[in-house]
Amino acid sequence: MPTSSLATPMQDHAHVAEVLTNSRLIYFSSASGYTHRFAEKLGIDSVRIPLLAREPQLVATEPFVLLLPTYGGEKGERSIPPQVVKFLNDARNRNLLRGVVGAGNTNFGTTYCLAAIKIAAKCNVPLLYKFELMGTQEDVTRVREGLEVFWTRMSRSSK
Amino acid sequence: MTEKLKLAGHVEAINWNRIQDEKDVEVWNRLCNNFWLPEKVPLSNDIQSWGTLTETEKLLTMRVFTGLTLLDTLQGTVGAVSLIPDAMTPHEEAVYTNIAFMESVHAKSYSSIFSTLASTKEIDEAFRWSAENVNLQKKAQIIESYYYGDDPLKRKIASTLLESFLFYSGFYLPMYWSSRAKLTNTADLIRLIIRDEAVHGYYIGYKFQRNLEVEGITEERKQELKDYTFELLYELYENEVQYTHDLYDGVGLAEDVKKFLHYNANKALMNLGYEAMFPASVTDVNPAILSALSPNADENHDFFSGSGSSYVIGKAVNTEDEDWDF
Repeated sequence: MPTSSLATPMQDHAHVAEVLTNSRLIYFSSASGYTHRFAEKLGIDSVRIPLLAREPQLVATEPFVLLLPTYGGEKGERSIPPQVVKFLNDARNRNLLRGVVGAGNTNFGTTYCLAAIKIAAKCNVPLLYKFELMGTQEDVTRVREGLEVFWTRMSRSSK
Repeated sequence: MTEKLKLAGHVEAINWNRIQDEKDVEVWNRLCNNFWLPEKVPLSNDIQSWGTLTETEKLLTMRVFTGLTLLDTLQGTVGAVSLIPDAMTPHEEAVYTNIAFMESVHAKSYSSIFSTLASTKEIDEAFRWSAENVNLQKKAQIIESYYYGDDPLKRKIASTLLESFLFYSGFYLPMYWSSRAKLTNTADLIRLIIRDEAVHGYYIGYKFQRNLEVEGITEERKQELKDYTFELLYELYENEVQYTHDLYDGVGLAEDVKKFLHYNANKALMNLGYEAMFPASVTDVNPAILSALSPNADENHDFFSGSGSSYVIGKAVNTEDEDWDF
């Protein structure tokens, strides 16, 4: 189980409840919970973007990597979950995004991991890794180790 | 069939304005958006390409497609329909009727391929082969026995394994032809089927997992179902290996197909919420097959491994979605 990150509920002036997080891995997972299972298997500090609109909005306070699955139709329309669009429409979150990890299913052909590909392109950050469904043990290891190296490199280059 | 007809116990007018499980709406919409018919695909453009195949390759292709036809027929007329009485919501029932119809579309689309490419005599011979092939018949019988059985959760397991695993010994071949620029329109049609089956397997597997969360399900029962899943998968896998040899030994592709089987068996297990069973050493699917399946499946292009250092950020993808605010 990932340890829960620093999360402080607060109200802003627009009366929209917010939750601050310093987690380095922020993820979205639908009710089917595959991506949630993957995040759990990583065993690193992570936080989930709220599923329901009435839940408090998540606001990042530290650079983070976004992990999300792909939905959407034949041409990839609406491939990015609305909850994630809402999260990234907040400039505070967008400015701290450093990379994207995508989940998906190659059986969806051209839309495999499309949401992650689109976000990486739109936000000008690297697409770090792709895996299918809830990920194999190899995927878990590569992402866990990859993220560690990634953050080490990032902290070095920012000095 | 002499047994008593089993139908949904009690039917109420379905109200799509009162939803118990949002996944039902999401999947219904997804399936409707994905709807297609074989007439949409210009199969006749493959006639010339078909002519370049050897007789052995043609025979193999026909046999693969009759095998797939059998599975789609089974899933359309028995499998998806057998899930309706156990549905937890009226919307789940509606999704199964959608799945059942699409399986019939899939089954019919193979006939479109046949009538475009082959003679009546060749078609009849291929159907005769599939009716007589022991391993093909066995896989249909194994699954069918659970559809007629009295355990609703085992029915979902069998159904998910059919949708997410049993088709792939067949799906391999059109992906192989596509990777060699042959029968590319046929491959386009098969990709539409693969996409549908992926949603079906995902949804039935999801419902299986929701059923496991219902109050009163004991740990013993959960363990029984897990054991059953792995036993059934293994039984089907052994049979699939035989079937794969029956089909592909003549063209020397059996070992390559088996990797594809392992890879898809893992995905079928994940659809049911279980961990993958086959290790990475036997799931290294031929990259040409993977990229025929999905152009984005460039497995070797992994930023973490360092080979992704040349990754071009912001490569041409459509980011004109109107739902972006920035």
